[in-house]
Amino acid sequence: MDRRKFLSSATSATGLAYFGDFERAFAQGTGPIKIGLLTPLTGVVAAGGKEIVEGFNLYWQQVGKKIGNREVQVLVEDDGSNPDVSLQKARKLTEQDKVHFLVGDLLANTGLAVAEYAKTSGIPYFIPVIAADDLTQRKRIPNVIRVAGYSASQMPRPLADYVFKKKGYRKVITISQDYTFGHEQCGGFCQVFTELGGSILAQHWNPLNTQDFSPYLAQIQSAKPDAVFAMETGADATRLIQQWNNFGLKAKIPMLGAQNATDQSVIRTLGAEAEGIISSAHFAEGNDNPATKKFVAEYETAFKHLPSIYGFSHYSCAAWLAAAIKTINGNVEDRPKFLDAVRKTVLTNSPLGRPVRLDDYGNPIYDVYIRNVVKRSDGHYWNVPIETYPGVSQFWTYKPEEYMKQPPYSRSFQGIKKS
Amino acid sequence: MNLSLHPLRAVIALALLCLVPVLLPGYQTTLATLTLIYTLLAMSVDILAGYAGRTPLCHGALFGVATYVVMYFVTTATGNPWLGALLGIAAAGVVALIFALLAVRTTGVYFLLLTLALGMIIWGVCQRWTSVTGGENGLRGTVRPEWLADPARFFYFVLAITALATFAMWRFVNSPFGLSLKGIRESESRMRSLGYNSAQHLIIAFVFSGLMAGLSGALYAWFNGFVSPSSVALAQSVKGLLIAIIGGIGTLFGSALGAIIIVLLENVVSSFTQRWSMVLGLLFVLAMIFTPEGLLGKLRQLTGRRRAAA
Repeated sequence: MDRRKFLSSATSATGLAYFGDFERAFAQGTGPIKIGLLTPLTGVVAAGGKEIVEGFNLYWQQVGKKIGNREVQVLVEDDGSNPDVSLQKARKLTEQDKVHFLVGDLLANTGLAVAEYAKTSGIPYFIPVIAADDLTQRKRIPNVIRVAGYSASQMPRPLADYVFKKKGYRKVITISQDYTFGHEQCGGFCQVFTELGGSILAQHWNPLNTQDFSPYLAQIQSAKPDAVFAMETGADATRLIQQWNNFGLKAKIPMLGAQNATDQSVIRTLGAEAEGIISSAHFAEGNDNPATKKFVAEYETAFKHLPSIYGFSHYSCAAWLAAAIKTINGNVEDRPKFLDAVRKTVLTNSPLGRPVRLDDYGNPIYDVYIRNVVKRSDGHYWNVPIETYPGVSQFWTYKPEEYMKQPPYSRSFQGIKKS
Repeated sequence: MNLSLHPLRAVIALALLCLVPVLLPGYQTTLATLTLIYTLLAMSVDILAGYAGRTPLCHGALFGVATYVVMYFVTTATGNPWLGALLGIAAAGVVALIFALLAVRTTGVYFLLLTLALGMIIWGVCQRWTSVTGGENGLRGTVRPEWLADPARFFYFVLAITALATFAMWRFVNSPFGLSLKGIRESESRMRSLGYNSAQHLIIAFVFSGLMAGLSGALYAWFNGFVSPSSVALAQSVKGLLIAIIGGIGTLFGSALGAIIIVLLENVVSSFTQRWSMVLGLLFVLAMIFTPEGLLGKLRQLTGRRRAAA
């Protein structure tokens, strides 16, 4: 506490408004680089939150917790899966612990709350799994960058294209958690699917933490779609896939998943129920690319389970930030220069095995895989790529300026083209 | 209760609190502001739980209604923050009146459950009425008047409001009207047979308590610049009640102690262990076993100053 008291009384002299400048003068290039990692260690998405810490710390351990000659300190705070707590912890990390930048959060509402704080306080904030579209589209904040992340509607678009063209599906029902992440993923899927000529028979929105999906399942069954697109995270995904199987629907209607529905964090607790669910994502742990294989093996050795999107994204984010910080010789105190370096960095050593760069709006461009859940030789299930869509940006084939004229996806706007 | 005999004590407490931004600058001042806001919320719960003998589980919702109204009025409708705060408090009062009309005829666990259900309705509305409340994502923006942008000045402002509201609540529970509430707590049937309209008294107490919860909610909106359904959720109501219970139900000022403990646990202990909520749970269990009368209640007992509460 003594150190903290000293730091806080020292800064108080200049007041909060001048905090940024003071900090720069005070600690230029010396002392450790302090990173504030916000992650849900309690609450609905606590399981994913633990993997955020795993992935992020794995990278720093591998490089000896150092960039150049500056030590790296990661301060982890629990956001409780709750936006109010998250905001409070962001304040604490910034104002009391004096971190140089913030990373993390899992749920969109927690990330949006912290992004608002980043906007007013100026602290750089990197969001490897906060996928809310508008953070890199209509409501960009210069110091909030989606390093090694993705925007929600970016990933399901190739899947819509694939199932329309290769699988011949024409009628699809979506079932999704009722919050922005769900609205945006379904929006991405529905817009591409209906523009190709497919139709969306119905859209079901379940509240977060739904225990019983049977009312939705009954309605889906009676509508007889070609497939169902499921956008669920965490325990909701586990329950939906289990109940889908228990109701005997698995044999009748193919299930398509948003990447998080068949993410390792979900399917590692399931067995054959998850087999054969098709999804799309930039990361597939079952990819036989050497870089991916190496990362997966290292991760499995360290934590005794396969990496999920959370672990992977935060590992890549750490690698990305380290690469950027090297180019500015560790001078993270110079915020504009640091942010600029992060934007310009092309990540070459990521577990994806291909270079990744940001588009002009601060969102990465990826080769997106269509993935299938299959059984590995040791009995675990994992996602294996079956098709690749190269160079998919958050704008798909649309022109960014024109795309951003349409309203953001919501429950009432899903980009569905009436035929 | 004893404070009337010792106005000096109130002055000393206020003077000490005035030193907070000097002694604990920066982030700690922010935490102190938050503590004051939660103290207000817990005291509003205590009016009903401690004095009227009706334990409510809807004050998080009343608190949140005010927060939502302030956020909506200032960000979406681009209104004046001061007017927004007044509207927020009024909205909490109106909702409290509706809740009171529905709930005051019940007692004990039925009152608890009914207020819980009413609070859940507010939560449901905030969750589903996306076009106004922003749904799960909530509402964001700077709603604090520019004049109060400085954290230290905001602390003094919240301190002044809290002091005034505390005085009002203290007057309220120690007035003859407050005595009638205690009478209802001890024996409602006797109070009725003495000619008191107990339902009316409870409604007035409920609305006053709701207005105070609304006041803390409006200050929270200014403090946080963000609101989401978690602010109106059951957990928020429970937090208010927990603070009041740990501090000491029916002591009013105990809430300040409770709030200090909860805020410290949430914000300081959480840096040392992920299991801070377990620490909170343990603390609560221990408090229930060893000091069911709360920390302030225990202190008064130990110093022999405790008067018969009834």
